[in-house]
Amino acid sequence: MAAEGMTRVEKFPSGIMGAGFGEVERQILLEEPPPLAPNAALAVIGKPIPRQNGRAKVTGATRFTVDIALPGLLHGRILRSPLPHAQVRSIDISAAANHPGVRAVFVIARPEDPATAILRYIGAPVAAVAAVSVAAAEAALHLIRVDYKSLPFVADMDKARAPGASPVYDAASAPKGYASGYPAPRGLPLNGNVRGPANSNRGDIAKGFADADIVVEGEYRTQVQTHCCMEPHAILADWREDGLTVHMSTQFTAGVRDELADAFGLPLDRVRVIVDGMGGGFGSKSSLGNYGRIAVTLSRQAQAPVRIILDRKEEQMDAGNRPGTSQHLRIGARHDGSLTAISLLSYGTAGIALGAGVGNVAQALYTCPNFEAAQHDVFINAGPGCAMRGPGNTPGAWGMEQAIDELAERLFIDPLVLRDRIDPSPVRREERRIGAERIGWHRRHAPGADPEPVKRGLGVAQSLWGANVHLESACEVCVMRDGSVEVLSSVQDIGTGIGTVLAQVVAETLGLRPDDITVRIGDTAFPVGPPSYGSRTTASSTPPARNAAWRVLQLIFREVALALNAGAEDLVARDGRILVRDAPSRSMSFGEAAALLRDERISAVATRSDDYGGFRRRMGDAALAQQDLGGVQFAEVAVDTETGIVHVERIVAVQDCGRPMNPLLAESQVHGGVLMGLSYALFEERILDQHTGRMVNPNLEQYKVAGSFDIPAIDVVLLEYYQGQSATDAYGIAEPSNIATAPAIANAVYNAIGVRLRALPMTPAAILAALGKIPARR
Amino acid sequence: MTEPRSTRIGTTEGAKGSAFPVAGPGPAPITLKINGATFTLQVEPRMTLAEVLRGLLGLTGTKIACNRGTCSACTVWLDGVTVCSCMILAIDVGTRGVTTIEGLANGDQLHPVQAAFIEHDAVQCGFCTPGIVMSCAELLERTPDPTAQDVRAAISGHLCRCGTYPHVIAATLAAAKARKS
Repeated sequence: MAAEGMTRVEKFPSGIMGAGFGEVERQILLEEPPPLAPNAALAVIGKPIPRQNGRAKVTGATRFTVDIALPGLLHGRILRSPLPHAQVRSIDISAAANHPGVRAVFVIARPEDPATAILRYIGAPVAAVAAVSVAAAEAALHLIRVDYKSLPFVADMDKARAPGASPVYDAASAPKGYASGYPAPRGLPLNGNVRGPANSNRGDIAKGFADADIVVEGEYRTQVQTHCCMEPHAILADWREDGLTVHMSTQFTAGVRDELADAFGLPLDRVRVIVDGMGGGFGSKSSLGNYGRIAVTLSRQAQAPVRIILDRKEEQMDAGNRPGTSQHLRIGARHDGSLTAISLLSYGTAGIALGAGVGNVAQALYTCPNFEAAQHDVFINAGPGCAMRGPGNTPGAWGMEQAIDELAERLFIDPLVLRDRIDPSPVRREERRIGAERIGWHRRHAPGADPEPVKRGLGVAQSLWGANVHLESACEVCVMRDGSVEVLSSVQDIGTGIGTVLAQVVAETLGLRPDDITVRIGDTAFPVGPPSYGSRTTASSTPPARNAAWRVLQLIFREVALALNAGAEDLVARDGRILVRDAPSRSMSFGEAAALLRDERISAVATRSDDYGGFRRRMGDAALAQQDLGGVQFAEVAVDTETGIVHVERIVAVQDCGRPMNPLLAESQVHGGVLMGLSYALFEERILDQHTGRMVNPNLEQYKVAGSFDIPAIDVVLLEYYQGQSATDAYGIAEPSNIATAPAIANAVYNAIGVRLRALPMTPAAILAALGKIPARR
Repeated sequence: MTEPRSTRIGTTEGAKGSAFPVAGPGPAPITLKINGATFTLQVEPRMTLAEVLRGLLGLTGTKIACNRGTCSACTVWLDGVTVCSCMILAIDVGTRGVTTIEGLANGDQLHPVQAAFIEHDAVQCGFCTPGIVMSCAELLERTPDPTAQDVRAAISGHLCRCGTYPHVIAATLAAAKARKS
């Protein structure tokens, strides 16, 4: 905490609106703005304001990376490995280089370089071409002659774990630690294809199980899910003498800028990364990627702008995926439900990459003194996994929340009552209360009680996610002498509407309307903004937006104070006017106030302050707030026991995100989380042919994604939860709203049919096999 | 709604009629009516309508996401009927009038579906949005008073990974109401 004299004490709204609401005192820095009132007392923040770029999106005017045209634009295509494990012995690009229209050819898998000559999955980049048309580039790819030496491979996690399985890596070549996906720590041992364990322990696990009256145990499996962004991964790289400009469909403009500067030896001020329209990422567009490096290399070589757009097959094979997992859970409890021990043994595969852990749901959702976890990554010859909406905790909740459901049944305790006993969070307690009422939990019957053929069921599951904050997160607010206002940041709108939320924050602070604020984001020419992953964008970028606007307002107040013959501290800004707090008739419009400025343009830049009261933990430029984020979801399903089809009829999603900044946009995020979770639960699965290592459904028809007829009624309830932790007190929602859906549906399916499914996805075949009507697949 | 084959370029009828040679593989001349304007273009016969709209005409509101008729992001109207523009060759469009997302609004006046999409936040990343708007707007032409089930059917070929479906349904029903009043 800062030294005496640099801080003041303020009272902030605190608690859950409608359930034990009060105030909390915080010591904050003098430069921080005054506490923000609860949403009901505000003009703009917390209101369901339509997104500002909506008009451009519904008219087709938004420019996505795939839409940008530059004079002399070349088109890049990538030659990809046809084999799951191979060594490139020779490669001949001469015919390709001489093909009409080809401007650059670039070899990625170099026979003389052991680090690149080994290809470890089908779809791994081998070489790339830039040409005047996509057709010319593709024709040239066919002219590249590669001599591959086929190597033994393994495309199944269980087989890869077996002794004697053909190794994907040796000790020297294996990744040492990788921050994408669920972070895999450095320094873990590699044994064959198995890396780990990553251990996490507390208490005395043996004593915990000895003290248990009841133990439940089970193995839960999750499939590999792919992101399926509607806009493919795309980059347009323009390498010039005076610097590199990149248009990229990215979740992190500033991070890509840093990666490019590092990879190509450029100073930061010579690299500019821009994104306007961004057609979905869900974790898979968090970094530069191999295709990004390839495009920049081709542009440098061709001395012309080069665009690479992955096609749908490339998207499915080499644009990331949610790792598949196998989780063995053991939970010990006393008759009253109190947990005595939790043991988790997990194996997961992110293909050739690391990061297939199952998160901290088992570790942190419930009170339990004795805990042990051993998590492992298993390498297989398949495309690299990466973060995907709630990485780790989404598969983790699938196992843990079913195990808790099973425990409740064994204890003859209602699943909600059990959670009331073992879940320490007052927020989730309120969420359970609200959700149970909405779904009509009292209607829940004994498992399988409905008559055949269509059986209905109710289920519940909970979500846990860290309240992430990115500290390297700045916003600039400018006021021009004509009264126009701009907010600037490199933060990108990946579909959440963050630009609109920033406009709301600035408008609220300056007493204006959101439409009065011009939002300029998605460009590293502006102050560096946070990434849009980890559900941290709103938490990271709204406090500096308010601080910057507040500082600019103080500059305006200084001028206005003279004109209104009042002290600057006696002025307030509201309804488009600056007025004297105790004498509102003495006022002038915001425009008149701006006209008093000596400077044609004034501005202030603010960077994300620490949370008031401090963070729970800091990790480099990221931090975790004191509280966790989460939510409770209830599912109502109808299972047709003759066809095996699960129809989700209704989801009630009660979610918390601190202060909801814009309930309309937040509701959209929850819809997205729920529907991606439903699709994960019932439909999606990357299928690899074990004999060839090839994905057999690398498209959007055999890779099944939920569509309009699969959509249930979704009730979204947003808690208003205040803690006085920042200038806006806002946190994230996109990932927490994804985590509980699949286990809530699974628990509802169990309640419907009386048989528990422990593997995803819950397809008709899996349901019929569980009911004993057809043989099991595995 | 189907076009007589004789008006198409590249058919044997065309060759026999001698007005047009058999087209391809190089560019062939075609005329397209798009959003009320007429364009004469040199188009490779293998090019899809989506590629011509986006690449040659700069009408990038029409999106390509799967390029094989699975996701409907590229939906446009041919004589008022929705089609996947990635699944029809530009030379096969013939005299049918093409309406793209750029041609849906009446100048600055948004189509009721577009206005309702904004108000109900039936838009997230916005990439699938133009195609979905075209399908929902066509639905209201066919079925001025749709049910939620009608909207689900109208967008059943569309994929939206952000999960805008609930708001799309609400917006389209609201647009139908607004159109009548």
